[in-house]
Amino acid sequence: MIKLFSRSWMIAVYIFLYLPIVTLVVFSFNNSSLVTVWSHASLRWYTVLANDADLIAAVGLSLKIAFLSALMSVFFGTFTAFALNRYRRFRGRTLLASMASTPLVMPDVIVGLSLLLMLVSMQHWLGFPERGLFTILLGHALLGTAYATVVVTSRLREMDGKLDEAAMDLGCQPFQVFRLVTLPLLVPALVSAFLLTFTLSFDDVVLSSFLSGPGYSTLPMVVFSRARLGLNPTINAVATVTITVVTIAVVASSFYQSHMERKRKRDIALAYSDKNQ
Amino acid sequence: MAKVQSFMRSLTQGRQLVIGVPYLWFAILTAIPLLIVLKISLSEMEATSVSDMIDWTNGWPTVKLNFASYLFLSSDTLYFQTYLSSLKYAVITTVICLAIGYPFAYFMARSPKHLQPMLLMMIMLPFWTSFLLRIYAWKTLLVSNGVINNVLLSLGIIKSPLLMMNNSFSLLVGMVYSYLPFMILPLYANLSKLDLRYLEAAADLGTSPFKAFWLITVPLSKAGIIAGSMLVFIPAVGEYVIPELLGGPDTLMIGRVLWDEFFSNNDWPMASSVAVVMILLILLPMALFNKYQAEQSEVKV
Repeated sequence: MIKLFSRSWMIAVYIFLYLPIVTLVVFSFNNSSLVTVWSHASLRWYTVLANDADLIAAVGLSLKIAFLSALMSVFFGTFTAFALNRYRRFRGRTLLASMASTPLVMPDVIVGLSLLLMLVSMQHWLGFPERGLFTILLGHALLGTAYATVVVTSRLREMDGKLDEAAMDLGCQPFQVFRLVTLPLLVPALVSAFLLTFTLSFDDVVLSSFLSGPGYSTLPMVVFSRARLGLNPTINAVATVTITVVTIAVVASSFYQSHMERKRKRDIALAYSDKNQ
Repeated sequence: MAKVQSFMRSLTQGRQLVIGVPYLWFAILTAIPLLIVLKISLSEMEATSVSDMIDWTNGWPTVKLNFASYLFLSSDTLYFQTYLSSLKYAVITTVICLAIGYPFAYFMARSPKHLQPMLLMMIMLPFWTSFLLRIYAWKTLLVSNGVINNVLLSLGIIKSPLLMMNNSFSLLVGMVYSYLPFMILPLYANLSKLDLRYLEAAADLGTSPFKAFWLITVPLSKAGIIAGSMLVFIPAVGEYVIPELLGGPDTLMIGRVLWDEFFSNNDWPMASSVAVVMILLILLPMALFNKYQAEQSEVKV
């Protein structure tokens, strides 16, 4: 009885989570120009999409920004995670920790507004940066750094500090320890942080709207402005393409992660086996 | 050259660099911008740059403070109502997410161990697909000639389309839908670590399962409940996209007001004051979140 209840509760939640996604995908193959009325299956909206220059330009810009901001996020996120976890005590640690978690919880509109006002003041004094790709990139990298910090931190916490110590005992300099021991062990976490921050950037509409300048519209900005006006079947087609790519990437990365994990275990087993002696 | 190299090496090895880089990064991109918001909220509409606020006429810098935006904010009841209504929707969203998410996380933590990674991934997967597109999808489901109404009409369950769009119903569906994973994940992390021996001991001592749940499971998962609730509540207060796409004229949300002050009215001091008051509203929940987040990570170590 309890089992039946718990199972139906879980199934209901999964239906709730997936119903909108399934609808989006199904209706993207609808021939009718009414999004919600099914006529017959066709690829009509994909052809429209393929000829939509605005959307394609927006996809290009979004991909560029997402790639660069994910790189920056992983870079700064790794620094932050190291500062917070390898040096447990330093002056201002609490301030750094709370600054690093601010973009995670602060509403987007406030992050966007405050960053823009800072950039405007900066431009007032220094003459740069011009609003556009670079300013959007900064905003996304800030948000991404906060998320990357969380991902890298959780990996650093479960990592064995003994390996670092062993490397230092064998005469490694601190930077060598990082390059030869810590970094290779961190790679899976860095890959997931990259994927996560890439998606966050590719998905963001609020920060981009605040930070963008004339002529710079990311994909979510174009989708948002069309969705505000009403329902539009091309958005369904965009959604289906995005969902397909993301699902493939997530599944592939989880296979890659479990493959790396198995390889690591094999290597450890090999290192302890008799062959090496 | 060798000197430069050794200098570079000492830098890369130094803890100053490892601490300094993220410090500088976050100071420039979070702390300073928030201070600028505070400053601009205290300036007049024309004086939007920080340098305009400093008066040099007496030879000494004097900061001109202007509370006009705040006075306006407190005199106009519409703002007060909007803040109140944002808090109301955020609280309702949090409560619904908890009511759906707690049993879900509990059942997930009790399901067979080998299934759990897959169940978890299925919660995460929608989170990876665009938030904006999923909100748009609800629009296609909920409008009067939308998918749900069409299905119900064709099955003869309803005679006329249900009004589910551009009201508090559609707003809440969108908010609960978007924030549910943020509630489930910390709860699951907490509940999956629960030591089942406590429950066994309680059962041995004659406690009914229901009572044991209230007296043991719920109190032990307090950190997860608070972390999850804050992760839902705080962003929900300032949400903009969901009320813009799914809300209606009656569903007042402060995120929309801030957006309109900034983009439609170009009133930067007003937008900044709205933001400052919003930050004050979420400061206490944020402190709570940080405290329990720290507690939960200490439990892990």
